[in-house]
Amino acid sequence: MSLTRQEVQKVSLLARLQLTPDELDLMTAQMGQIVAYVETLSELDTENVEPMAHAVEVANVFAADELRPSLDRAAALENAPHHDREFYLVPAVLGE
Amino acid sequence: MSLLRHSAVELLAQLASGQTTSVALTEAYLGQIKQHDPQVKAFLRVDPQRALDRAAEIDQRRRQGEPIGRLAGLPVAIKDLLCTQGEPTTCASKMLEHFKPPYDATVIARLKAADAVLIGKTNMDEFAMGGSTENSAYQKTANPWDLARIPGGSSGGSAACIAAGMAAMAVGSDTGGSIRQPAGLCGVTGLKPTYGRVSRYGLVAFASSLDQIGPLARTAEDAAQLLEVLAGHDPLDSTSVNIPVPKYSQTVKQPLKNLRLGLVREHFGQGLDGEVEAAVRQAVEVYRSLGATVKDVSLPHARFGVATYYIIAPCEASSNLARYDGVHYGHRTDEKELLAGLAAERTALEAAGRHAEVDALDNPLVRMYRQSRAEGFGPEVKRRIMLGTYALSAGYYDAYYLKALKVRRLIRKDFDDAFQDVDLIVGPVTATTAFKLGEKINDPLSMYLVDLYTVSANLAGIGGIAFPCGFSAAGLPIGLQLQAPPFEEERLLRAAHMFQQATDWHRRYPALVS
Amino acid sequence: MTKPYTVIIGLEVHVQLLTRTKLFCRCSTTFGAPPNTQTCPVCIGMPGTLPVMNRAAFDLALKTAVALNCQIAPFTKWDRKQYYYPDLPKGYQISQYDLPFSHDGFLEISDPKNRFEAKKIGIIRAHLEEDAGKSIHDEVAGQADSRIDLNRAGTPLLEIVSQPDMRSAIEAKAYLSELKLLLTYLSVSDCNMQEGSLRVDANINLHVDTPAGKVATPIVEVKNMNSFRAVERAMEYEADRLWQEWQETQQRLGDVPKQTRGWDDVADVTRAQRHKEESSDYRYFPDPDLVPVRVSEAEIAAARQSLGELPADLRHRLERTHGIKPYDSDVMVSAGRGLVDYFVELAELCGDGKLASNWVQQDVMRTLNEQKIEIEQFSLRPPQLCALLKAIQEGQLDTSRAREVFIEMVASGKSAAEVMKAQGIEKVDENELVELCKELIAANPKIVADIRSGKLQAAGNLIGQAKKKNPNVHPGRLREIVIDLVGKM
Repeated sequence: MSLTRQEVQKVSLLARLQLTPDELDLMTAQMGQIVAYVETLSELDTENVEPMAHAVEVANVFAADELRPSLDRAAALENAPHHDREFYLVPAVLGE
Repeated sequence: MSLLRHSAVELLAQLASGQTTSVALTEAYLGQIKQHDPQVKAFLRVDPQRALDRAAEIDQRRRQGEPIGRLAGLPVAIKDLLCTQGEPTTCASKMLEHFKPPYDATVIARLKAADAVLIGKTNMDEFAMGGSTENSAYQKTANPWDLARIPGGSSGGSAACIAAGMAAMAVGSDTGGSIRQPAGLCGVTGLKPTYGRVSRYGLVAFASSLDQIGPLARTAEDAAQLLEVLAGHDPLDSTSVNIPVPKYSQTVKQPLKNLRLGLVREHFGQGLDGEVEAAVRQAVEVYRSLGATVKDVSLPHARFGVATYYIIAPCEASSNLARYDGVHYGHRTDEKELLAGLAAERTALEAAGRHAEVDALDNPLVRMYRQSRAEGFGPEVKRRIMLGTYALSAGYYDAYYLKALKVRRLIRKDFDDAFQDVDLIVGPVTATTAFKLGEKINDPLSMYLVDLYTVSANLAGIGGIAFPCGFSAAGLPIGLQLQAPPFEEERLLRAAHMFQQATDWHRRYPALVS
Repeated sequence: MTKPYTVIIGLEVHVQLLTRTKLFCRCSTTFGAPPNTQTCPVCIGMPGTLPVMNRAAFDLALKTAVALNCQIAPFTKWDRKQYYYPDLPKGYQISQYDLPFSHDGFLEISDPKNRFEAKKIGIIRAHLEEDAGKSIHDEVAGQADSRIDLNRAGTPLLEIVSQPDMRSAIEAKAYLSELKLLLTYLSVSDCNMQEGSLRVDANINLHVDTPAGKVATPIVEVKNMNSFRAVERAMEYEADRLWQEWQETQQRLGDVPKQTRGWDDVADVTRAQRHKEESSDYRYFPDPDLVPVRVSEAEIAAARQSLGELPADLRHRLERTHGIKPYDSDVMVSAGRGLVDYFVELAELCGDGKLASNWVQQDVMRTLNEQKIEIEQFSLRPPQLCALLKAIQEGQLDTSRAREVFIEMVASGKSAAEVMKAQGIEKVDENELVELCKELIAANPKIVADIRSGKLQAAGNLIGQAKKKNPNVHPGRLREIVIDLVGKM
């Protein structure tokens, strides 16, 4: 099953990536190739196989509810592209 | 013999005996970097003064008889995806060009506590995505054995700097072979520990269920020294395993008796370069001469490893990299240009009467995300984000992601079965020696297939080690890979050390190491 | 009067759990700190950071689920819910998707005013997740930048999803009140809606009676309801609106996509919110940074053990043991465990549940309200108040004088006996009372005639006159004597 340009465009919005028309063409072709390759997995019968999401079978890892110091606000905001020394700032969003 | 040709273990002994100092050693590496790194381009950043100050401080503490750490005074290079407090950590991405983490990765804290001298941050494929280090946003690292060739990747800078004598040891990370493959291609020793052996806290995530930090060094003994510092439980990483860390640095010297090696049938098929196959088979003979028995084993699902990997890794990556949106850190596009651009698009669409498209235009925030990410990420990172987003999106999850998780279980089971009969699996690291810079850059799929022999260990979560076992006629290193059951790093190191006692491939140096 | 449709309401409630620290890092969860002062690399979602689950958050969640009669999953995991928003720093929220830690429970609701029959509201699931930060938008037409505060990001939330089992706005409000009460009793949340520690979204539609049988209308999700009263009003409004809409459009469930509407508390209406086309593709997948949790039978039993007496049981006990009405038990149980403890001590000391209930609900609760204090801070403890109630029981003073004494006891900190003495209150001798009554009867023939003709309330005038002559007379006893004497005339 091959990917259409429109599908790839939809994915680019989901992924929050802006692609130029040329990039979109190339991406469609390359993703199509890779997707075709990974579809070799469909050869395998995995009906009764448990999925393996983790590489280690560890469970019940918790931390105690004990306060640790937070970052100074200046340090927290230091890496932000745009802030007013109190808040992170982003372009206004209407209706959301 | 120049300091640059010594192993880390030898250098630690010299430091301890006063035969050399950390300052002298640091100066030697800095000199080598100054002279050759403009060609090799292994480092993204080196701060000579800082390294020398640190070396001097440790020398002084040593002179005054104060307690010092186990790597005291030894210059160690760090892959630039490990967070170092207050210092840039870029992941070789434009996205993080100005990012200075306010904290140290757990392994960085451990290295500092061991009094290592952090000599610099090494180049890599952007966000560790790639196998050639060509996907760095800043520079392409060369293979010290042939500057026209790639060093492998993604820890290409870390492998190249060891091969080029620019640091005593280096730290890398391995998600699908990113330590073992460049180690193999650069002729150094690199170990990918069992998942959970080393804390991932502070390792900028590529694919969280596959990523693991490990050592790159000249010898297995060196790697043992470094792993002993890196390994151990960390309460900040829920997936780090709470079991004791063996004294690798001591046990590494003990040869393994009655070693049973498994030769994977599927590894010797189509695509394996003749010279590589010959070197690997020769290495197996070395082990046989050391008393090992060798038998054929099968990993029937090994051939599905790359496909499985290229679903799971992009899925996790697409999620892990969602945080780079230009809000709290990282690159943000120019907002004035962005708003002007959006306004122009709107005007153009309205003029053309394309009202449906006007309504579908991104709002400024969405466009800010999309534009910032488009500018901050390189093509390979975008490709993987797109792939992962696609594979997790509504309607495809079961066919791709869930399917891959199931095949992952089968791959793990193959290993479990194989390790019923053998202690270690032996085979090639890569099908070929280092390829030329630019050779595969426009063919993502062929680049992905380079990971054929390495990805399965990450999927299964087991450990593996790569070290040199020969050279091609063209003078390029050929790597041997050993893989072990979970948490048997000690076995990997001892087996590699046995081999290195019997051979001297690991003591060969490219021409630029005088 | 019965409407030709049934209202179907299900509620999704998010409550912040009362932990000291966040769900995945150890930053404080205290409300009201200056913006961005309670954050660390983990809750800012900085590269390389990893989450570690807060034990206390899991325990509180488990306790709540057990109290909600939920099944506890022996194996549960954490998933990433992915969407982009500036107050969601990682680009995903850690939540639970297909294997929530609890499911299939219920909460029983009843109405002391009998507006609906007691019933069980099913709980589909309760799961743990992390809260997002706060976005502060420019009020004036979105001119300025939006500001982001991440203090709240990572605060533990329990999401409790009910079955669509509520059939009226009143039931919806009763469910929320009962849920809040339960959570407060368990000390798992302070449920403060103003501070956002309890948030409610509603799903509502109608089952309309038609000649062809019941027809379901499209489901609407209602958000932005900032009080229980707002939920009640919004549900009333929306039910009416849905009925109007059905009459106009005849649209059935499935004909149109689910609509989201926001409640406007000022205008008293719901308004359609803009629909985001791709927002629903959350691309859930298991979070590789967190490991699963296995819960043993022993842990579930321990959680059950830790619950103590829950509000419903407590109400029944008060009614049974102290003979009070459901309405009264509801008022006191709703006022909190401390007040109930106070009442029980008082009732046991004075041996009269109804008397104790009246005093606690009226005078004690009013005083708490006036002084804006909790029962634990109330200076008059049950033994002291009981001394006053004993005096009433013994006829030493009437309720209205007792009230004056109560006020003075609260104000001065003196005992009932001291205040009564200071105010000259003492029990009037029976013979003295009879003499006084005879005097008054002789002096007021017209009133006596009224009483004789059956207007017993006329005796009130005589009692008033008696109290002027001797403020210590007990009006009830006086009234009895007057009526008795007049009857014998």
